[in-house]
Amino acid sequence: MPRRDDIEKILLIGSGPIVIGQAAEFDYSGAQACKVLREEGYEVVLVNSNPATIMTDPELSDRTYLEPLLPGPLEQIIERERPDALLPTLGGQTALNLAKSLHDEGVLQRHGVELIGADYDAIHRAEDREAFRETMDAAGLRMPWSKIITSVGEAEAGLAEGEIKLPAIIRPAFTLGGQGGGVAYSETELAQIVSEGLAASPITQVLVEESVIGWGEYELEVMRDCNDNVVIICSIENIDPMGVHTGDSVTVAPAQTLPDPVYQDLRDQAIKVIRAVGVETGGSNVQFAVNPDSGEIVVIEMNPRVSRSSALASKATGFPIAKIAAKLAVGYTLDEIPNDITRATPASFEPTIDYVVTKMPRFAFEKFPGADSTLTTHMKSVGEVMAIGRTFRESYAKAMRSRELDSPADTDCTDDELVDRLAIPSAERFDLLDEAFSRGIDDSRIHAATMIDPWFLAEIKEEALSGGAPDADDDLALAFKSVDTCAAEFEAETPYYYSALERPAGRGSDRAVEEEVRRGSRASVVILGAGPNRIGQGIEFDYCCVHAAQTVHESGRDAVMINCNPETVSTDYDTSDRLYFEPLTLDDALAVIEREKPEGVIVQFGGQTPLRLARGLEDAGVNLLGTPVDAIDLAEDRGRFGALLRRLDIAHPPYGTALSAEEAVAISEDVGFPLLVRPSYVLGGRAMEICYSPEALSSYLERNVKADQEHPLLLDRFLENAVEVDVDALCDGETCVVAGVMQHVEEAGIHSGDSACVLPPMSLGEEMLDRISETTESIALELGVIGLINIQFAVSNGDLYVIEANPRASRTVPFVSKAIGAPLAKIACRLMLGESLADQSLPAEPPGYVSVKEAVVPFNRFDGADALLGPEMRSTGEVMGVADDFPTAFGKAQAAAGAALPVDGTVFISVTDTDKPAATQLASRFHDLDFEILATPGTAQSIRAMGVPVREISKISQGSPNVVDCIRGGEVDLVINTPTGSGARADGYAIRSAAVRKGVPCVTTMTGASAAARAIFASRGGAPAVHALQDLHPVTEGPGDGTAMVSAEDSDA
Amino acid sequence: MPEVERRAGYLLLEDGRRFDGFVCGADSAALGEVVFNTSMTGYQESVSDPSYAGQLITFTYPLIGNYGVSQAAMESDRVHARGVIMREAKNAESAATAEMGWVDWLRDCGVAAIEGVDTRALVRHLRDRGAMRGGIFDHETAEGEAADRVSGEPGMAGADFAREVTPSEPVELPGAGPHVVALDTGIKQSILKEFRKRDCRLTLLPCSSSVAEVLSTDPDLVFLANGPGDPSALEYVTGTVRDLIGRKPVVGICLGHQLLCRAVGLETFKLPFGHRGANHPVKDLETGRIEITSQNHGFAVAGPGGEERFEQDDPVVWSTDFGDAELTHLNLYDRTVEGLRLRDASAMAVQYHPEAGPGPHDARHLFDRFLEMAS
Repeated sequence: MPRRDDIEKILLIGSGPIVIGQAAEFDYSGAQACKVLREEGYEVVLVNSNPATIMTDPELSDRTYLEPLLPGPLEQIIERERPDALLPTLGGQTALNLAKSLHDEGVLQRHGVELIGADYDAIHRAEDREAFRETMDAAGLRMPWSKIITSVGEAEAGLAEGEIKLPAIIRPAFTLGGQGGGVAYSETELAQIVSEGLAASPITQVLVEESVIGWGEYELEVMRDCNDNVVIICSIENIDPMGVHTGDSVTVAPAQTLPDPVYQDLRDQAIKVIRAVGVETGGSNVQFAVNPDSGEIVVIEMNPRVSRSSALASKATGFPIAKIAAKLAVGYTLDEIPNDITRATPASFEPTIDYVVTKMPRFAFEKFPGADSTLTTHMKSVGEVMAIGRTFRESYAKAMRSRELDSPADTDCTDDELVDRLAIPSAERFDLLDEAFSRGIDDSRIHAATMIDPWFLAEIKEEALSGGAPDADDDLALAFKSVDTCAAEFEAETPYYYSALERPAGRGSDRAVEEEVRRGSRASVVILGAGPNRIGQGIEFDYCCVHAAQTVHESGRDAVMINCNPETVSTDYDTSDRLYFEPLTLDDALAVIEREKPEGVIVQFGGQTPLRLARGLEDAGVNLLGTPVDAIDLAEDRGRFGALLRRLDIAHPPYGTALSAEEAVAISEDVGFPLLVRPSYVLGGRAMEICYSPEALSSYLERNVKADQEHPLLLDRFLENAVEVDVDALCDGETCVVAGVMQHVEEAGIHSGDSACVLPPMSLGEEMLDRISETTESIALELGVIGLINIQFAVSNGDLYVIEANPRASRTVPFVSKAIGAPLAKIACRLMLGESLADQSLPAEPPGYVSVKEAVVPFNRFDGADALLGPEMRSTGEVMGVADDFPTAFGKAQAAAGAALPVDGTVFISVTDTDKPAATQLASRFHDLDFEILATPGTAQSIRAMGVPVREISKISQGSPNVVDCIRGGEVDLVINTPTGSGARADGYAIRSAAVRKGVPCVTTMTGASAAARAIFASRGGAPAVHALQDLHPVTEGPGDGTAMVSAEDSDA
Repeated sequence: MPEVERRAGYLLLEDGRRFDGFVCGADSAALGEVVFNTSMTGYQESVSDPSYAGQLITFTYPLIGNYGVSQAAMESDRVHARGVIMREAKNAESAATAEMGWVDWLRDCGVAAIEGVDTRALVRHLRDRGAMRGGIFDHETAEGEAADRVSGEPGMAGADFAREVTPSEPVELPGAGPHVVALDTGIKQSILKEFRKRDCRLTLLPCSSSVAEVLSTDPDLVFLANGPGDPSALEYVTGTVRDLIGRKPVVGICLGHQLLCRAVGLETFKLPFGHRGANHPVKDLETGRIEITSQNHGFAVAGPGGEERFEQDDPVVWSTDFGDAELTHLNLYDRTVEGLRLRDASAMAVQYHPEAGPGPHDARHLFDRFLEMAS
């Protein structure tokens, strides 16, 4: 069936901020969908609150709304745009849940919007536990026994009656990545996990089910078209058996240990599942558990949409699931769509691969001290890597090194302890396996502890014992092979490569390994990607790398991408002229560079990952484009950078560099307290702390870091109550232009990545802004920046201090680009390719509206971690709010970040002594907004003294009922709590934890609280207007010619 | 897992291309047509499929042997492939169904094998130059001698391997349902299973059986089996089929499909490198539905004008020696003929393997269609 002509305008919903369980894969799928639907001639309206996405680039859609993903703003957009259809299956669980709400509230029906891809009933059958079970029963498929539970009492009764047996798995309904779920081994655990799961589920429902822990876990990626043709794109086997969330498992494609009849059985069942659920068109993911002894199969779940696994399957096979799903949704059948890779064959086939793919998760437990790091059915990883090799060992070893761990796993323990640690799934499990095999611990003990299939254990053992080296008698050589969907049966057109060690063929001087890279005569530029997402290095850097690839291509050169992150747009083979799916180590990069012989290599856009390689690349004679490596070193080296600032007569807080703990203590006396201490060369403020006293510094030195010659420790005076400012600027070596000045909403001391910020700045005068510009310019020129530079300033008592300078793309580049309407990374890339700044088009004036960026922090994922912002970055993603004024934009950003501010109700205020004067003023503002004020005795007294009525509530130490009881009881709508000391003992910790669990917005800074009050006041004026980027920036970038031009069609003023 | 013994060896092709590796199966050298199979599972089913007689199978999936071997996976009573070419051979016995390691089993079965070969480079070579003769040799065999042995091996065109795999005496398998009589050119166990699941009584006849011998068994349905080699070398079977059409319902799979088509006057031709795998899309032109199929054939059927490919998804009708014949199935990869039905006589056949073994089960329902034709 050809494309549908009865629809013209399609609404697409993105997945919002990057959070654990929902990451860059939905930018990849959404961006593909936008491109495909527009190629097909449809008008695309996109809504996504996340500015750091390629899909929200204004060129990708006809109308782009950076608005909160909530029913209210969506209805406003639907009213305004009048789309014919809504495609909800490419924006993760967020888009699916939102589509469901829009249907439930009658919005879609009222405006005549048709759900395409998956209809309401299919979504319901897949997502509602009971409906799914009934559907599976009717299809004759077995599921683990289970019981729907809506109260803790029901679970306890089920256990008593024998309906529930332990161990049992608890899965909350309608949550991302199994949030709030877990495995209960005892009656106490059952009650606790059920209670948490009920709280996490938007419909207060959990499923308690048969434990299949230790069974093999498999996933099949299935696609179906409107003629009921069904194909399997990829099978995935989890090396970690059932019990660990698939997002946290090490997984392999294709399945390795299944004989053909068992695989075909899974295939048959997966097809039955998609038909029974009734996903009419598109991709779904079906999960199975297989008993390794009996071969018994049970269906675990299905996602009626594109998922993290389908992104992985797309990258693993070369079959672009999201792109094809979008085409199927508008009426095409699989046999009408050509396979992109072969061009000659249709998409109605099943990819077959001739390599092995290994995916490994990347964790960030070090960011959340106190959090439970055991891997369970509740996803905890923040990123992932994928590696391709011709053997399992090859791909496994590549994946292990792709992870780029900051420090090796701690293996200092006895053999018995090691086996005990192996038995508990953890972030280090596979490093511990290496250690166990190296020590010669018995295979059967390791199998008994881990339940990992012996086939994998044997392979991992071989790899561990070989130390990563191939067999000594082998004469293998490295070559690049293609990912082609068909195991070389047909010629591949798409340049998507991986390296492999192969035995040369032929004889004599002709004996060589076949190389498949087809490199034309055009000059190429290699862009080094950002590797796995982690806190401090997220999708923002991938966004910049994608823009760099587009710019290099537009310049008439071949863009060559190296990256190992399967979630991203940068690893879509459509993004670059040649994609090398490889680890980002020096040797791996040099192997590509040796073949590409590029004009230059770009290391500025991928965050720390490529910067770490810069020196080695330069030593190997590679030409690095843009800012010289030495400038990067200079900016990182406190001594050299301090000298530069003094030379330029620029103020900076007193600082010192220590090469030992003793030296740190000595230097601290000169620097003075409070001071900020951290290791050098880190991104995202790893192990960064503010120490208010020598005792605090000693404690930091004991807990954290070994300082030595190789790893210097940086100490800076911390400027209290300063306003922090972030600047992104462009420089071509001769001139410098400030592109964006962002004022942090939180005061200094909160990591810039976690701080909300506003552009243009709210409280800096013309004179200060001029000083910021001048200072930025002089630093950029002195460093010799060609490309981007980010400088952080502190404004304290009218003085301007430079905190740090980073001559590279920063994480605020996408936000600034969208706020001012100019693609900074693209312009920077052009400068690196030799263009001058004068030839670039940048808006002369700051925008006439206000943009606020807010960070999203995964505290709700990490039980036990304090929900407090600090100098160490903890956020995984960001959202943007745009409005005519700051309070409205701030309110939008809060709502988009999932912490919508209340319009009325009760505010709890508890602040540290120094904040008490400000708190009384704040209380009076909330009182004026008709809020009830709730406070603990100390704060209550100060507030009452101002004549503001306040309800007093006990501190936790004073017994029940106390503030935590109030929060749990739903009596509190907003928590304002500034820290009085961190750690489990403080009341503040318990208050913040209770708020996070209950989903009550929790503000932990006074400036944040003040902004919240203003936003609440502004929201009284009614729902804020929605804005399309195309209206905010009527000037759009012309494709291909590298200059900006006004496009009359695109401006809709 | 038990260690795989590694002895240097090489694969030599008739065009002189040499691929080094390690021999790991039986001690002897092996000669045959070098072909490749793209299925990621089912290595044991493939090597025991009689259709691979005379061939050296290259598996494109790099790891072969992961789940061992078992009696249940046999497609016949022995290994028919002459040799196996792999990137990495595994001898694991850890799977619950494994009765033995794959490499040990190959050695016990006397099948030559080579691993460590850059099979992707080999497959690209075969894809570009076509399937060709080759041999697996250990490093002690001089290349000159090896080259002589390869060129001395007869090619696949005109080869009759059916005689080698057909039973010498009729074989009877009891059942209460329709009586299916097969001209056994190398029938797979999975085909027998599909008929027996449907309660059929089965008689497997030597493929050289005469029409009278076939009719004397009083078949309700004559089945033309899969099998090895060039269909044009089996004129003695084709003649029998020609005499059966119109007298008894006739159905066929793979080689059987080619024999039926030849019997009605169509020609067959050698595909450049064949179809061997488990992911080929086949369109049923009557229903418009697409099935993912298991395939294993080196020859294909041409249209009455010698057409090898059909660009339209239409059930074209050809006039044949037995009246109108309708194209029922089309391969969406290379648009070759995948199925044919006679309109004026009770006969139909498909080129692919609806019985799977190994491969997807999408087309198993075809056996129901076969049996609807039983008289």
